[in-house]
Amino acid sequence: MAKKNPIGTFTKELPQNIFAGFVVSLIALPLGLGLAIASDAPPLSGIIAAVVGGIIMAIFGGSNVTIAGPGNGLVIVLLSAITTLGEGNLYEGYLLTLAAIILSGGLLFLFGVLRLGAMSEFFPASALQGMLAAIGIGILAKQFHVMLGLTSIPGGTVEQLLRIPDSLLLFLGIHPFAGVLGVASLLFLFLYSRIRNPYFHLIPAPMWVVVGSIGIGYYYTLILNKSVPIAPELLINIPNHLFSNLPHPNFDKLLDINFIGIVFSITLITVIESLLSIKAVDKLDPKKRRSNVNKDLRALGLASIVSGFLGGLNVVTVIARSSVNTNNGGTNRSANFFHAVFLVLFVVFLGDQIQRIPLTALAAILVFTGYKLSSPEALLRIYKIGPEQAFIFLITLFTTLFTSLIVGIAAGILFTFIVHLILRKSFFLFSLNIFKPNVLMYLEKQSGNYYVSVKNFSTFLNFFRLKNKLDQIPESEHVIVDFSLCDFVDHTVMEGLYDYKLSFKRKSGIFEIIGLDIHASETQHPFAVRKSLPINALIGLQKTLSNRQKNLEKLAEKLKWTYEPKIESDPEGIENFLFFESKTVNYSVNSLWNHQFNLFDLSFSEGAFITKEDLKATFLLFKSPKNLPVFVLDKEDFKTTLYQWAGFDDINFKKHPDFSKRFHLSGNDRKAIIKFFHSELIYFFESHPVFHIESNGTHLLIKGKDRLSSLQEIKIMLAFAKDLLALLEHSEYRII
Amino acid sequence: MIFQPFKTLMFGFAFSPSLRENVYEATRLAQYFNAALIFVHVGQKTPIKQVEFQRLLDECSPNQDQIQIYWKEGDPITTLARASKEFDVDLLLLGALKRENVVKYYLGSIARKLTRKAPCSVLLMLNPSVDRSPCKHIVVNGFDSPQTQETVEAAFYIGKALASDKITLVEEVSQSRVTVSVNDDRSLRKVTLRKEKIDREEKMRFIDIIKKIPDTITEGLKYETQSIFGRRGYSIGHYARVVRADLLVMNAKEEQRFFHRFFPSDLDHMLTEIPTDLLIIRSKTYG
Repeated sequence: MAKKNPIGTFTKELPQNIFAGFVVSLIALPLGLGLAIASDAPPLSGIIAAVVGGIIMAIFGGSNVTIAGPGNGLVIVLLSAITTLGEGNLYEGYLLTLAAIILSGGLLFLFGVLRLGAMSEFFPASALQGMLAAIGIGILAKQFHVMLGLTSIPGGTVEQLLRIPDSLLLFLGIHPFAGVLGVASLLFLFLYSRIRNPYFHLIPAPMWVVVGSIGIGYYYTLILNKSVPIAPELLINIPNHLFSNLPHPNFDKLLDINFIGIVFSITLITVIESLLSIKAVDKLDPKKRRSNVNKDLRALGLASIVSGFLGGLNVVTVIARSSVNTNNGGTNRSANFFHAVFLVLFVVFLGDQIQRIPLTALAAILVFTGYKLSSPEALLRIYKIGPEQAFIFLITLFTTLFTSLIVGIAAGILFTFIVHLILRKSFFLFSLNIFKPNVLMYLEKQSGNYYVSVKNFSTFLNFFRLKNKLDQIPESEHVIVDFSLCDFVDHTVMEGLYDYKLSFKRKSGIFEIIGLDIHASETQHPFAVRKSLPINALIGLQKTLSNRQKNLEKLAEKLKWTYEPKIESDPEGIENFLFFESKTVNYSVNSLWNHQFNLFDLSFSEGAFITKEDLKATFLLFKSPKNLPVFVLDKEDFKTTLYQWAGFDDINFKKHPDFSKRFHLSGNDRKAIIKFFHSELIYFFESHPVFHIESNGTHLLIKGKDRLSSLQEIKIMLAFAKDLLALLEHSEYRII
Repeated sequence: MIFQPFKTLMFGFAFSPSLRENVYEATRLAQYFNAALIFVHVGQKTPIKQVEFQRLLDECSPNQDQIQIYWKEGDPITTLARASKEFDVDLLLLGALKRENVVKYYLGSIARKLTRKAPCSVLLMLNPSVDRSPCKHIVVNGFDSPQTQETVEAAFYIGKALASDKITLVEEVSQSRVTVSVNDDRSLRKVTLRKEKIDREEKMRFIDIIKKIPDTITEGLKYETQSIFGRRGYSIGHYARVVRADLLVMNAKEEQRFFHRFFPSDLDHMLTEIPTDLLIIRSKTYG
């Protein structure tokens, strides 16, 4: 491989990073304003955090495609900080909270210096989920009322939840217009991912909400010549002198126990949220890099300090915005920087328009965020892993709701441990072995494989030891993790190992787990707790086939192919296609195959968290008779044209203007691709139905619509693939 | 060669259910090493015990020229430690207890303390048996320590005496030796290169160690080297268990660090879950 020129790559990718930064700023603007308002802080404090975060993280950060800014998880902590520290005076509370943010930034920086990035490993996965759900419910409970136009509903989270029915009955009488706008925005957010129009999806849903509500405002003032029927207290208020009077953080309560507690809460949540995001975003990085977590923590600390002094909230790595970044072609930290630049431009030039955003619309975005954090699906997913995990989840959730985050997570950790004791029925296994270095790793001489043996037990308490060893293995290698000497493996470890499996797969390494065959588990879920006690295996329930599945079965019979309706959680052969670079594959189902072709439905996700969209589509995979250049061929449309402006290459042929106009062709090895696409092949594509086609060098992948294909469409796809294969077999193209 | 062959073995005994197996094992070892064997009983001497033990000894060893029996009273630990000094013992044999129902072994508190206090090398026998079970694979530590030369020599000596198939020299590479920690792809590449370099250096060191051993001992013995990544002095036990070694040969504990008084030390960890028969070589040269 030729050595890459980093500066050359950087300039080449600059346009697409500017573009990605722009799209991210579209979602960062409403979220920044909303999260600040939800914390009872001045609206701009969220934008300040995003701008400072974007700039500082771009310079000092250790991750590549993450976006920094105000975080969802912090809303609850900051809200309670501002209200309790101020003792009724919100502005005073805000100034005191700024001091807490600055101190927590210092603490965070220290964490990074002391390399405590691994700290987040000590939290059991289900307890973390429970805590996040509690945060979500907290946001939802308060913002639901704001969404209806009722800004002053007192009480704690539980009380506010109970008041939701009252507010629903009341709001039409108080702020009908603003309230309906809020509810409509929420409905829109829920329906957004159902609308499969690619142009429409260029702008993230929250920005549509903001643009839409500003548009309605203008409709009233400019066309109807009336004032907007929204009360002024329900509109955003930005001070006129933006930069002249910065707030001064108030350090008076430095020794106050409550204040110190808040500093620790902010730090804890920042670390947890950031590390979870970094881990998740690394899986979406198109260049498959590994983030430097501790460097990122240092930069986050620095950013929080600066942001705090400028009056901004603290800076966190955020998942939704980061996933928007990768989806829109962000490849390095400059995207984070440009997102900050665009935010500054928005605030400076569109200040007037921003002041027209109704709070109810922003609240709708936050309600949606809260719902996504605490959605019942999360509980259901955890219940499937094991009933005891759901129990841990609920204990953490309710303790957090009724007390505080710190108590909640502590309860979660404690209960997880108790559950382990009950499951394993032995205290000594844990107490005797907790301090022992239970992981052995060595490079096997003959095979060249890394062998990792884990003994005694492996749970969230000592997962860091195993992680420490696994982190030292390049993901392109072959690893065997052996649990045969290990009596107990918990859900946190199983889930963590699955993450490793994915990252090894992404870099075409092999990650194998052995020695769990004799371990019993409560459910068949791959993340379920394993213990070495024999219990009877559960018998899986066979679901009846749907109509489409029956038809597929018939088609298979007719073609003499094999049909398998089963869900495959780990589909093979697709990971090195460009299409899946910034997407996560969930599972494949309904495979139909013979010796050449493999047709299957695939569920995959784009984006993450509130921008997450689960998609299903039908794919056809087959081996090419000859080696191919790596390329992607797609229909030329508005989106690809836009990408072209943003710096993505389109290979065009002078001789075939029609083809060049209709198709978007891209790939790294331009010469080989041009050579490969000879006239005959181009004629073939011009005269056949258009599919998204990719080559990874040895195989071709054909994708149908952005949804599951019908039986008829599948037949067309099969015919297309057969013709293409025949053409490739006879064509004279040869690659050396 | 620094290592001096074992000339005197000592076995401290009490009347336990596994006494018969232990006596068989001890006499067999003495025979292989061509060494004198001293049995020391700590506790009250009664005619019945005396007769019983003599009968047991007659059963397993027809030739008792090199065997002596002493009956002593007092605290077992100090008595045995003193006796091993008194008789200038080279190797103290101890039997480990098998934990019920679990395939794990542990040492009684007496054996554990003796392991530390004995002035000579100690062999902890895990599953002694009446019939000989062959010692096929010996794992020996290759720490970069002055004691190691002697320990490796001992391993080869025993390998020769017991006709073993294979000896594996294991170096535990600790994180502090790698010096770089893994943060991202770049540091990972650095770490991987550094580890490869360490591995090469270790191999060179092992070759030097083995060069110093006379050919008469090394010939016919297969040996290989293996770098493992884990905690020094502990992970080697894990390794021995994973590769199903029959005997693990280790340096006696080095200097006691202050830190260890608060946390259980590696050797203690190892002694609570002994992976295989364990031979701890206490160097007479380096003491």
